[in-house]
Amino acid sequence: MSTLTQTNGRLSSTTREERLTSFEDRYRQQQFTRRNWTFLYGALFLVALVASVAVSDFSIPGLIKGLPMAWNYIAGTLPTLTLENFGADMAEWYWGLRFWTRLLVETILMGFVGTVLGGVLALALCFPASRNLVQNSGIYFAARRALEFCRTVPELVFALIFVFAFGLGPFAGVLAIAVHTAGSLGKLFAEVNENVDPGPIEGVRASGGNWPMIMRLGVVPQALPNYASYLLLRFEINVRGASALGLVGAGGIGEDLYVAIRQFEYTDISAIMLLLILTTSVIDIICETIRHRLIGHSLQQSA
Amino acid sequence: MTLAQPADIARLKRIHPGLFVRPLPHRLRDWALWLAFFAALGFGLWWIDASPMRLLNGLNKLGLLVTLMIPPWPGDGLWDYTLAMLETVAMAFLGTVIAFVVALPLGFLGAKNIVPNWVFHFGIRRFFDAFRGIDGLVWALIFVSAVGLGPFAGVLAIAVGDVMVFGKLFAEAIENVDRKPVEGVRASGGGELHIVRLGVFPQVFPVMMSHALYFFESNVRSATILGIVGAGGIGLQLSDRIRINNWQEAAFIILMILVTVAVIDAISRRIRARLI
Repeated sequence: MSTLTQTNGRLSSTTREERLTSFEDRYRQQQFTRRNWTFLYGALFLVALVASVAVSDFSIPGLIKGLPMAWNYIAGTLPTLTLENFGADMAEWYWGLRFWTRLLVETILMGFVGTVLGGVLALALCFPASRNLVQNSGIYFAARRALEFCRTVPELVFALIFVFAFGLGPFAGVLAIAVHTAGSLGKLFAEVNENVDPGPIEGVRASGGNWPMIMRLGVVPQALPNYASYLLLRFEINVRGASALGLVGAGGIGEDLYVAIRQFEYTDISAIMLLLILTTSVIDIICETIRHRLIGHSLQQSA
Repeated sequence: MTLAQPADIARLKRIHPGLFVRPLPHRLRDWALWLAFFAALGFGLWWIDASPMRLLNGLNKLGLLVTLMIPPWPGDGLWDYTLAMLETVAMAFLGTVIAFVVALPLGFLGAKNIVPNWVFHFGIRRFFDAFRGIDGLVWALIFVSAVGLGPFAGVLAIAVGDVMVFGKLFAEAIENVDRKPVEGVRASGGGELHIVRLGVFPQVFPVMMSHALYFFESNVRSATILGIVGAGGIGLQLSDRIRINNWQEAAFIILMILVTVAVIDAISRRIRARLI
């Protein structure tokens, strides 16, 4: 700032050439610092890359050898489908369709119930975790740390522990999803709460509302469309996550996928994965449509 | 200012009934939606065999486990855990870098303003989307079967899982490029290469880097669990400790994961703030 005013003050008394050289000096200086930073970041990146390669036994020969292996494996999972015998081939590929559909329904239900339970928990925790809604910094701190813990411990770790405590099966999986969802949604909800218009809050407080009333009447109506949008997004993520929980015995289609991969039932792997991709795509599209309608609706109301 | 009298309210209600009661079809639709929602929830709870008794018993056991976890203690495996944690971070880093490099050309292919053919555009976007449907852990399981146990499978799993999402994000970043700098470069006589280097790249690069950093963070989180299926990293140690009921060490590993993730988040937040 000070250099700027200095040059401004001197402007009238300097010649064109002087101004040009000072500009070029400044430009070169800026370019120099920028290059230095780029160089520093580049060097850091290279160091990290070399260190990672060293630690993880990654090597180009390994990659060249491994990639065809991976490709062969994936190609091996594809079934032989012929045009003249298409119906029978499909029937053979999807021999377990009834069983898999059942497991898929279970996976989707796990995602759904986990999202709802996690959403309820998140809703309970998001108000104390919003800086603009609580005066007591101790409560704020505790709520934030609790959400952080739920969010950072991976879902699968919760599942591993819950399988011990609640027994094998989808119940443990749903609880794992719920706890993790509470953490991540709670944080997002709290961010929504921190961005609400303070006018309605003051209005409810001025008319004598207590804290729960302020939350219910001042905050929630403003934040509801965003809550719903995040919930739907999380539902998509959770269905995907639920498909992996079966690997540790927490229910869903992952259990059968695990068996198929471990027993090298190649065509089953591709059949289940294709089903999973289809299901998640359909859910994504449905949720996206609902989300656009929800947000569009709220925009219409405010307009 | 006088308060509204009951008579006034009654009169207003008579004149504008629509303002006080929502139309019946709307209410019916809402009721039906809520009913469907609770029916689905109830069905789900029944399916997973949820009951208060089960929850209470489980929570009891969980409380017992938590007391077993205290105090978290590394035992004599501290060095092994540190190495495994480093391996986890390295896997995430390499996976992100590989995904980034592979996704760059894909991003250009998927951008509407680079390849204007809408059939191709629609196809490649759906292709990007489809791959997101598979969880990283499933990829890891497949790559462990394909290339054997170890971090290499983990790196491949992370890379494959991310490539398509990266491709989609890059394509969006390229589509959102402001055309004015491009026109500026062209107007001052720059060739195609100049346009990409001076008009497009400076706009796209910070966005891409910020995505890459964000993915690195999230990959560190997911890399911590890939070991559960044998794809290297700390997950193997964690699932082993849980399997043999060594809860103190399991708790220590979980704490290590928490600290590592927090540190990496903080660092990458710094770098991101500088970039944008």
